Amino acid sequence: MRRFLLTRLALTIVTLVLVSILVFGVAEVLPGDVGRTILGPFASNEQVARLNHELGVDRPLLVRYVDWISGFVRGDWGESALLNVPVRPLVLDRLANSLILGAFALVLIVPFSIFMGVIAALKYGRATDRVISVTGLSLIALPEFVAGVLLLVVFAVKLGWFPVSSSVPSANPVDIFRQLLLPSIPLMLVLFGYISRMARAGTVEVLQSDYTRTAMLKGLPRRTVIWRHVLRNSLLPTISVVSVQIGYLVGGLVVVEKLFNYPGVGKLVLDSAIGHDLPVLEATVLMIAVLYMVSNLVADLLYGILNPRVRFAR
Amino acid sequence: MVVDRSDPTSALTVTDAAPGVAGLQGEFARLGRRGRAALFGRALLGSKAFLVGAVIVVWWIFDAIFWRLFVPYEPTAVDPGATLAGPSRSHLFGTDDLGRDVFSRVLAGATSVLTVAPAATALGIAGGITVGLVTGYYRGIVDNVLMRLVDAALAFPLIIIAVLVLSVLGQSTWNVVVVIGIVFTPLVARTVRSAVLAEREHEYVAAAKLRGESGLYIMFAEILPNISGPIAVEATVRLGYAIFTAATLSFLGLGLQPPSPDWGLSVASGLAFLQIAPWMVLFPALALATLVVAVNLVADGLKQVVEE
Amino acid sequence: MTAAIAPVREETLALEVENLRIGYKRRGRVLRVIDDVSFGIRRGEAFGLVGESGCGKSTIAMAVMRYLAPNAVVEGGRIAFGGDDVLTLGDEQLRRLRGDRMAMVYQDPNSSLNPSIRVGDQIAEVYRHHRAMDKAQAREAACLMLEKVHVSDPARVVRRYPHELSGGQQQRVVIAMALATDPDLLVLDEPTTGLDATVEAEVLDLVEQLRDEFDASILFISHNLGIVSRICERMGVLYAGRLVEHGPARQVFSDPRHPYTLALLRCVPRLGMRKDTLRLDPIPGSLPALGAEIAGCVYADRCPIARDRCRTDPPPLYDVGDLRAAACHFHVEVPGIPPSEETRPADVVPADDEVLVRVEDCMKTYRSSGGDVTAVAGVSFAVKRGEIFGLVGESGCGKSSLARTIVGLTDSTSGVVEVDGKPMSQRRQQRDRALRRAVQMVFQNPDTALNPRHTIRNILGRSLKRLTDLGSRRERQEAMDELATAVRLEHRYFDVRPAALSGGLKQRVSIARAFAGTPKIVLCDEPVSALDVSVQAAILNLLIELQLRERVSYVFISHDLAVVRYLADRIGVMYLGWLVDIGDAEAVFNPPHHPYTEALVSAIPTLDLDAARPRVKLEGPLPSPIDPPTGCRFHTRCPRFLGDVCVNERPPWQQANGNAYRCHIPPDELEPLQLAARPDATRKEGNGAGPAPAA
Repeated sequence: MRRFLLTRLALTIVTLVLVSILVFGVAEVLPGDVGRTILGPFASNEQVARLNHELGVDRPLLVRYVDWISGFVRGDWGESALLNVPVRPLVLDRLANSLILGAFALVLIVPFSIFMGVIAALKYGRATDRVISVTGLSLIALPEFVAGVLLLVVFAVKLGWFPVSSSVPSANPVDIFRQLLLPSIPLMLVLFGYISRMARAGTVEVLQSDYTRTAMLKGLPRRTVIWRHVLRNSLLPTISVVSVQIGYLVGGLVVVEKLFNYPGVGKLVLDSAIGHDLPVLEATVLMIAVLYMVSNLVADLLYGILNPRVRFAR
Repeated sequence: MVVDRSDPTSALTVTDAAPGVAGLQGEFARLGRRGRAALFGRALLGSKAFLVGAVIVVWWIFDAIFWRLFVPYEPTAVDPGATLAGPSRSHLFGTDDLGRDVFSRVLAGATSVLTVAPAATALGIAGGITVGLVTGYYRGIVDNVLMRLVDAALAFPLIIIAVLVLSVLGQSTWNVVVVIGIVFTPLVARTVRSAVLAEREHEYVAAAKLRGESGLYIMFAEILPNISGPIAVEATVRLGYAIFTAATLSFLGLGLQPPSPDWGLSVASGLAFLQIAPWMVLFPALALATLVVAVNLVADGLKQVVEE
Repeated sequence: MTAAIAPVREETLALEVENLRIGYKRRGRVLRVIDDVSFGIRRGEAFGLVGESGCGKSTIAMAVMRYLAPNAVVEGGRIAFGGDDVLTLGDEQLRRLRGDRMAMVYQDPNSSLNPSIRVGDQIAEVYRHHRAMDKAQAREAACLMLEKVHVSDPARVVRRYPHELSGGQQQRVVIAMALATDPDLLVLDEPTTGLDATVEAEVLDLVEQLRDEFDASILFISHNLGIVSRICERMGVLYAGRLVEHGPARQVFSDPRHPYTLALLRCVPRLGMRKDTLRLDPIPGSLPALGAEIAGCVYADRCPIARDRCRTDPPPLYDVGDLRAAACHFHVEVPGIPPSEETRPADVVPADDEVLVRVEDCMKTYRSSGGDVTAVAGVSFAVKRGEIFGLVGESGCGKSSLARTIVGLTDSTSGVVEVDGKPMSQRRQQRDRALRRAVQMVFQNPDTALNPRHTIRNILGRSLKRLTDLGSRRERQEAMDELATAVRLEHRYFDVRPAALSGGLKQRVSIARAFAGTPKIVLCDEPVSALDVSVQAAILNLLIELQLRERVSYVFISHDLAVVRYLADRIGVMYLGWLVDIGDAEAVFNPPHHPYTEALVSAIPTLDLDAARPRVKLEGPLPSPIDPPTGCRFHTRCPRFLGDVCVNERPPWQQANGNAYRCHIPPDELEPLQLAARPDATRKEGNGAGPAPAA
C-alpha cells in the first residue's frame, strides 16, 4: 500500500513538471514574437524589441523556464501584464470562487447521480432504467452554454427568479442558492450524465457476478445483498470517475463563468488567454493542473483504501 | 448426421458440425457479408433512441449541405428597419440586432459545426489509432514514455488546452480542427490501446508471429479488424464531443468570426440582448442541443448493438 | 417417467425431481434445454449428474435452488424438497430454505467469494441470518467451521480476504459456508474444475471425509466420469437435456446400458491406455443444437445401433434391473456393441536417433515488481525425430514458458535451446524461414487461436503463403484442399468465420494451420483441454495419425496425465521450474518414482475402482516462484521428506529402469518404501481398458 502511494506521488510530481514545461512552451514559444503580438502590427521594430527586452523574452528559453518555475515554486508568480496587480492573490482568489461554485454543484449532484445510477441498474432493462439512461445520455451531450442559455432565458429573463449575472454569494444560504443555482445547473447536468452512467455500469456488472449469486443462494435478504455485497464493489469504479469529473468541471466552469459573468478561475483563463496576459495565463493553467492532479491522487488513495486487493496486495 | 456402419471408410469422416454451436455469434458468423449487414441494420433500426437520433442527424446534414435552396433570407442580409423583432410570420424566429433573420441564420449555421466536427474527429481517430496500435502492441519504453506524455497532456481539461493554444495560434477554422483533432488523439489512443492490450494476448497473434509476420501486418491486418467495434463507437462518441467543443469554442470567441451564422457565435453575440430579444440566443441554442443529443443517441444505439 | 423404476417411497427421498421441463427464451422462441428429467436422491446419498457442455446439468442445479436466469421458462414438472415444491414456493420461504436447508458449492471459488469482505465474515453471515447469532458467536462458529474443513490456522484465515488465499483454500471456505447450517441438500456444481490435479484431489478427499460428519444428501454435477464414480453412490447421465441412464454408479460405469454412456466411457483415456494397445473411440457427429425439437431418441443420429423406431419413438426409461434404468429401446444390445475401427492400435514406429529439439540447462526469468520469477530453472531434455514428448505439470510449473522458448516466441535467459540443429531465439524465428517451417504450434483455446475476423480460407491461405514455396494461387488452393482432407475438415467451411464452427472443428483448423509448411516439430499446448470429452478423442486420434504419417515430433503439453500417458512416447514432469522426472512414458508412471509424480498419479480419479492405489497427499501450499525453496524445490511438500539433506542440497539425478528422477532417495531404497505403503497391491497396474469389448 505504501509503495502504491509513493509511486503515485512520484508520478504526480513528474507529470506536473511535464505539464509545466508544456504550458510554458505553448504560452511562450508558440506565439513567436511576444512583443509583436502584444503591440500589434503597427508598432515599430524598436518598440517591439524594447518590450521584448523588458519582458525578458529575448533571453534563452531554458533560462526563462527555470526562472519562471523556480519563482512559481517559491510563491512569486509575477505581475499581470494587463491589470498590473500581483498574480498570486488574483489567481488564488478566483480559484476560491470557482471552488465554491464547483463544490456546490458536486455536493448537490454526486449523491443524487449515484442513487439514480444504482436504481437504473436494479431495474435493468425496464422502463425506469431506459428513462434514466437516455436522460443521462442526453444531458451529457448538452454543451454547458446551451443549457445555461436556456436556463437564463426561462428563469432569469422570463420568470425573473434568479439574477442574470451571478456574483460570489455571502454565507447566507438563500443568497448561496440564488447566486449559484443557475450557473451550477449546466455543470450538474453533465456530471449527472457521467456519474449515473458509471454507477449503473458498475452496479450491473456486480449484480451479474458470481459472488452476488453466492450471496443470494445463501438465503440472505435482498436488502442485505444489495447494501453489503453489491454496493461496496460497484461504487469503487465510480470513485475513480469522480476525479475525472473534476477535470470536466473546470472546463465547464470556463463556459459557465463567462455566461454568468462569475469571477472565477475559468473566466480568468479565458480573459488572460485572449488578452495575452502571459504571467496570469501560465500561473492559472498550472494551478488548475495542480488541482486536478491532487484530486486524482486523493481519488487513487481512496480507491486504494477501499479496495482490499490493493490494500492487502499479496 | 448418419454414420453408415456398413461402409468402413465413412466412419472416418467424423464431422463435429456446426449445429451444436448455440448462440448469436454462431449464427452471425455463418451469414455472408450481406446477411451480416442486414442483421446489423435491423438491430440498429430496432432501437428507438437510435432511430430518433439518426433522423435528426440526417436532417441537419441535409440542411448543412442544401440550406441555400430553401432558406427564406440571406443569413448575412441586414435590414436596419426590422431589428430585434420578435418571432412573426415573416420572420419565424425573429430578427437580431442587425435585422438579420434568425431562422435563416440557424439553418445556415449547421454548416460550420458539421464541417469542423467531423474533420476534427477524423484527425483524432486517425492519430489515435496509430498511437494506440503502436503503444498497445509494442509496449516497452515507447509505450511508457508516450503514455506518460498522454497523462501529462490530459492533466487538465480540453477546453483549457484549446483556449491556451488557440489564443496563441490565432483563430481560424483550420486551427480549431487541428486543435480539437490533436487533443482527441490521446483520448482515442487510450481506448484503442486498451483494446489492443486485450487482443494481443490472444493466441492468433502468437500464431501470426510464428508465421513470421511483421509487426505492421499484425497490427493492421490481424488486430485492427478485431477492434473495429470499439473504434466505431469511440468515433461516434468523439463526434459528439467535437460538436460540443467546436460550438463551445466559438461561443468563447475562439472559433469563427462574425458575420458567420455559426451557432456558438450567435449565442455569444446575442447574450448582450438577452433580456430584450431572447430569441436571438434561444433558437441557435436549441438547434445545437438537438444536434448534439441526436449524435449521442446514435452513438449509444451503436454501442448497444456492437456490444451484443 | 419414473413409473418404470418405482424405487423407494417418497418420504425417504430428500430431493425428487419429476418431469422437469425448462427452456430459455431467446429472441421470441423458447429453446428447450431440459426435457422431462426425473430422478430422486435419498437421504444421505450422493447422486452424480454427468454430461458434456450444454447438456443442461447446471440448469438443473440452478433449478433446484430456483435461481434461474430471467429468460428461463419452467414449462413443467416439480422439484420436491422437504415436502414443498421448490418451483412454486413463495419468495420468503425460498429465501429461508437457501443457505439453511439447501446449499451450493460453485465451480470457480475465486469469483464466488465477495472480494471486499473478509472470508470469516462471509461464513459468519450464514450463522447470523439463519441461526440468529450475534457477531461474536457467528465469528466463533465460522472459525470452528474452518477447522472442520481442514483449513490450517483458522484464526488467521478468518480475517483474510479471498484474494489472499489459494484456490484450494478458497474452495474450502465455500464448502464451509455451504455446510455451516448442516443442510439437508448440498449441490456441488463442478467444484473442482479449474483446480490443479493435486488440489482437486484434496478437495474431493475433504468432501468424502465430511460425509461422515454431515449427513446431507449430495447432488454432484460434473463432466468428469472418474470423479463422479469416486464420490457418488448413484448417478445419472444427461444428454441434450434428457436423462438417458441412471443407476448405481459402479454398475453404470462397469456395465453401461445406454449407447451414449458406453461411447463416453470408450472415448476417455484411462490411466494405462496407450495408443499402441487400444485407441480412443470417438463419437461421430455432434451434439444437437440447443433447443432443437427432436422426434424420437435424442441420441439416434450418433448411435451405432439406431434403427427406424429410434427416430420416431422417443424411448422411455426402461427398467433394466438392480434399480437401474436406461432410455434405449435396445438396451439389451448395448453390452455387445463392438468398438469401431478407430480403436485399432496405432502402428507406432520407434523414433529415429536424430535429435530435433535439444534443450540444455535452459533458464527463463521474468522481471516483475514483486521480484524476479524464474519460471524455468535449468531444464534439459531432447526430443528425437518421430517421437512424442509429453510435458506435464500443474499451474506455475513453467511448461508454458518453456514452450514459448522452444518455438521462439520468447528468448531464454540462458542455456541452450536448439531446434533442428539451430539455436532458437526470437530474432532467428523472425528471420529464418526454414526454422519457421520446421517448428509450429497448436494452441489451447480454439476460440482465440483463430482470428475471429478472418475466414478459414484466409487463415489457411496465409499460412500456406508464408510457410511454403508454392507460387501460384492454384497450387496453394490444392494444398489447402489436401490439408483440409488430412484433418477431416469439409471444404464447405472454407468461407466462414471461426465463430460458425464448433470447438472441435476450430481445433482441426488450428492443426491444419500448423501442418501447412510440413513442420518437423509441432508444439501442442494443451490442445484438447478446452474441448468436450467426446470431441477430445477425435482430435487426439487425428494428432496421432498425422504424427505417424508425417513423421513429425511433438512436444505435447498437458495437465491431464491420462491423456499424456496415452499419447506420449517419452514424458517429462515439471515442478516449479524444474524437470523432476523424465523417461519413457510407461517407466515414468508405472511405477512412479519421484514423490511428486507419485502424488500426481495418485491424484487422478480413476475409473478402475478395483485398482488399489494409496493416496499420496501433499502437505502445504505451492511455494511462490519468486522465492523458491532451497535445495530440492519440492521439499516443502514432499511426503518422503528426509531432513536437512533435502533443504540444503540439490538432489542428483537417479537412474531407474527407463527413467531418471531428481531425488535424494535412490531407486533401491525407494521401492521398499513404496511397497510398504500398500502391502497387498501388486506393483504393476492393470491396463484398465474399461468395459470389456465384445470379442
